[in-house]
Parts: sequence; C-alpha cells; structure tokens
Amino acid sequence: MASDTTTTTGAPAAPPPPPAPAGAPRSAWRGRRHRWGVRWGPYAHIAPFFVLFAAFGIFPLLYTGWASLHRVELTAPTDMEWVGLRNYARLLDDEFFWNALRNTVTIGLLSTVPQLLMALGIAHLLHGRLRGSTFFRVVALTPYATSVAAATLVFVLLFGRDFGLVNWVLGLLGAGPVDWQNGRWTSQFAVSTIVIWRWTGYNALIYLAALQAIPDELYEAAALDGASRWQQFRHVTVPSLRPTILFTCVVSTIGATQLFGEPLLFNGSAGATGGSDHQFQTLGLYLYEQGWVNLHLGRASAIAWAMLLILLLAGAAVALVRAWRRRTR
Amino acid sequence: MSTPPGRRGPRAGLLTYAALLVFTVVSLFPLVWTAIAASSSNGRLARTPPPFWFGDDLLRNLGVAWTDANLGRALLNTTVVAGTVAAGTVLFSTLAGFAFAKLRFRFRNLLLLLVVGTMTVPPQLSVVPLFMLVAEVSWTDRLQSVILPALVSGFGVFFMRQYLVTALPTELVEAARVDGANGWRVVWHVVFPAARPAMAVLAMLTFVMSWNDFFWPIIALTQANPTVQVALTGLGRGYIPDQSVIMAGALLGTLPLLLVLVVFGRRIVGGIMQGAVKG
Repeated sequence: MASDTTTTTGAPAAPPPPPAPAGAPRSAWRGRRHRWGVRWGPYAHIAPFFVLFAAFGIFPLLYTGWASLHRVELTAPTDMEWVGLRNYARLLDDEFFWNALRNTVTIGLLSTVPQLLMALGIAHLLHGRLRGSTFFRVVALTPYATSVAAATLVFVLLFGRDFGLVNWVLGLLGAGPVDWQNGRWTSQFAVSTIVIWRWTGYNALIYLAALQAIPDELYEAAALDGASRWQQFRHVTVPSLRPTILFTCVVSTIGATQLFGEPLLFNGSAGATGGSDHQFQTLGLYLYEQGWVNLHLGRASAIAWAMLLILLLAGAAVALVRAWRRRTR
Repeated sequence: MSTPPGRRGPRAGLLTYAALLVFTVVSLFPLVWTAIAASSSNGRLARTPPPFWFGDDLLRNLGVAWTDANLGRALLNTTVVAGTVAAGTVLFSTLAGFAFAKLRFRFRNLLLLLVVGTMTVPPQLSVVPLFMLVAEVSWTDRLQSVILPALVSGFGVFFMRQYLVTALPTELVEAARVDGANGWRVVWHVVFPAARPAMAVLAMLTFVMSWNDFFWPIIALTQANPTVQVALTGLGRGYIPDQSVIMAGALLGTLPLLLVLVVFGRRIVGGIMQGAVKG
C-alpha cells in the first residue's frame, strides 16, 4: 500500500525541487513554445488513450447500434442490408430471448445477493486485530485470479452427476444424487456458485477497505452510549458502508448482465444453448449463439443494445429510488 | 487511507479464526481439487469415494494437454498479450490520468465522465463491430486483434487519476513548468517518479485481467493460435473427453497467475483496496 507518497497539497512543506533543465536563458522562441505547450500539452497527454478509446471504445459501441438495424451475416460481414427495427421485433417475439432474460435475472440474484452478504461478513472478520491478515487477504483474492474457464471446468467436475464430489457428499447425508446440469434451478444454482466463489473475496476486500475508513471515534461514541456490537454494526457500520454497498451492487449487476463464460462452459459440449433445454442460457450466451453459431450478426447487435437498455433502465430505477429516498427523509 | 493490517478494531477471537479457516478452505479447495484431478487417471476420478490425495499421472496429463490443446503456444501467446496490454495500459493511463488530475483543458470533466461511463458498458456491446473490423483487415487469429482493444482501459485512467490527484503536488508540476521543462520532461522527471507505486499496481492488476480475458479472445482467436482461455475453452467444449487432461490444462493455465499472486499478492490486495476507497 503506497500510502507513504500522499502529500497534503497546499501545505507549506516544500516538495523536493525538480531536476533543473539546462540553464540557458529563455529565448522568445522558447517562450512561445512554452505557451503552446500549456495550451495544447494536455491534449497531447490524453491523445494516445483517446485515439484507442475512439477506435475500440466509442466507435464499436455506436456501430453496434447501426448494425442492429441491418441484416448482417457472419459469412459476409460487409454486406449490410437495411431492415429497420426488424431485428428488435423478432427479438420480442423470440421465446428464447425472454428465457435468456429471465435466466440472467434469476442467476444474477442467486449469485449477487449471497455473494455480497458473505463478503460483508468476511470483511467484518478480516477487520480488526488479526494474525496473518495479509495471508487471509491474498487467499480472498485467489479465486479472483483463477480464470472463468479454469474455475468453471473444475466446478463442472465437482457438480458432476455420477462421480461429482458434491453428489458424493449429498449421498453421505442420505440425499439422492442430483442431476445438476439438467434441472433449471439446480443448474442455475451451480452456475451461481461459480460466480459466488470467484467474486466473494474480491468484494470482501472492497468492504474491508471501506470498513477501515470509518473513524474509530464513531465506535467509541457508540460504545459509550452502551451500544452492543450488533447495534454498533446496525447503526455505525452499515450507514458508513452504504456508498460502498451501492458501488458493489452496481458492479455486480453489470457483471451479472454480461455473464457468459460460466454458462458457456458449464455444459461445454452442448454448444452455446445453455443446457439441453436452454435452462441456464444467459443474455450474453444467447448473443453469442445468435452471432457466432447461427451467424446473425445483426440480431446479435440488437441483443447487445437490449442489454444496454436494460442496464440503463436499472440505473434509472436506482437513481429514482435514491431521489425519492432523499426527498422523504 | 487504509491502515497497516491488523492494527485496528477489536482483537480477533478464536471463533473469527475458525470462520476464516473455513473461508480459506472454501477459497482454495477448487484449486486443490484441480491439482488432484490433474494428477489422477480418469478411472481414479470415477471412484467412490473420490480420491482425496494426488495421483501419479500428473506428467502424463500435462503432456497430453500440452500437445493436444496447444497449451505451450497458448502460454507463450498469453504472456505476450498480457505483458503488452499491461505495459501499454500503464503508459497511456498514466499520461491521461495525469492530464485529468493536474492539467486544465476544455471539456476535461466531460471527457472524464465519458471514460468512466464506458467502464460500465459490457464487452458484448463492441464485439460485433470489432469482429467486422478484424475480418476486414484479416487479423483473425493474430494477437494484435486481442491486444489493441484491451489497451482501452477506462479503469486504468480513473485509477491513475485518483492516485495522482493526491500523490503529485500541483506545485511540483508548476515549478517544473516555470523552470522551462516541456511536457514530456515534466512527465518523465516529475509524473512518472510520483506515479511509480500506482503504475506498478496497475500493471499487476491489468496483467491478471488480461490473462483472464475471455469473451473477445474466444471470438477473435481459434485453436490454431490460442490464448490460455481460448485453449481451455477448447478443452471444455469437448474434443478431449478426458476429465483429468482438462484439469491438467486448467492447472497449467492458472499456475502462472497463482505465482504472480504469491509474489505480488500483498501489493495487488493493496491496489484493489486503495482503488475501492477512492473510487
């Protein structure tokens, strides 16, 4: 943690002098160049990033919208035929679109809610005087460093119907073997487990950082007022963490909307259908299936913009709720 | 600011350690299981009860994964891609982050908002045009097709900006200016030294993210010239039915990052926590 470099700006404590440039007296030419540098210099600094940003960030985003109004096939991506809103109309008529949307929402809830609750608990455990805290923090990050592909492949093994470890443990407890992949809820539970495993520790670290930013005095004051540890948690910790909780909710929602690798590889041999009955096909997977299995790039673009629309609606809903809460408080 | 670990709050009791032990086991178990499966034969994996210790077939499985899934090539490619993306992202993000933190120019806040706003956009919104672009210039299966788009990191710009706002005294920049240092000299002699700790952390975070990048690479690359994630996807999508070989591939593709985590874990944790407080 590089906290040693923070300097209070504006304090009289003198910064070390910068390396002096060659001591030639400043000519008029140099002065002009200097003024030019002050005016245009900032743009030179951001230019390398913004050239790439325009080419690979903004342009594709907008062009996806343009492509969604065309019939484009993967086999000839430069042949674009204008079809207006037909891709969107077909989407609304497609039961698999609604299925994917439903699955994205349910898997999103199944993975995000337990994940953030557990992360909060783990952050609470990690906060405080603790031996080996660095060890536990690095452990928390290990699943995050494991790729989606590697994680999903091992969970496929763990959730295997015939020889999986999970079913073996269930057998010991007297419960029958579960066909995790083929049931709707069981498969969504298993896919969510992968997401939860990968992201709980990461979110715990974010909560931990926020916990450490809460001033001790708040707890001391609460303790003086006779608040129990639970009351301290309710009335000091949770309110202080509210912005961070909102932040992690937003990030997790965005992550859940684009969920792709876990459902793709959870039943890898089934292609991109998300199970034999599409029972865990998410929007991200459905987009991939339309674009790169069925070769309809135009429709894939329409799905992408539908995803954007859903995120924007969710964002607007959050903003509305916050505005409403502020007014009623 | 985050305090050094373990100096604040109530002292941890036995119950806390027990709970953290459970957390540790759950976090590490799938990786241990990957190693157990990778060292077993398929027959051993199908036993009841399952094997709870390592078998003798690790080298054989690694060998099959290495040749059949093109993993040697994949590891080399991913190292090149993640290394280039990390270096490029750090360079561009530091330059732009410095400008956003310390320089005045028109549309500064608007441009920053644009960069931060696009951080929230899923990658699905750019793959179709990127794919058309790559097809147009015949870059399918070429590494630059996954490197160039990955250099656009709104996160990196924001991360460096947040760091430099407090870590780089404005007077220092202005003093260098008054002394006649031009833009690039200021960057080289003033900005880079001040930004170095954050640049190192951003490089590590970007390396990890790039190593694990999934969606765009599996579209842009094929098994002929894969990254690790593309090769693992090939394994998982079933042209090798052997579970233990699949796990050997997963193990091989994860080990480099686990090594990074063991060596730099403390600083990566610090970077994530610092980004969280300021973000």
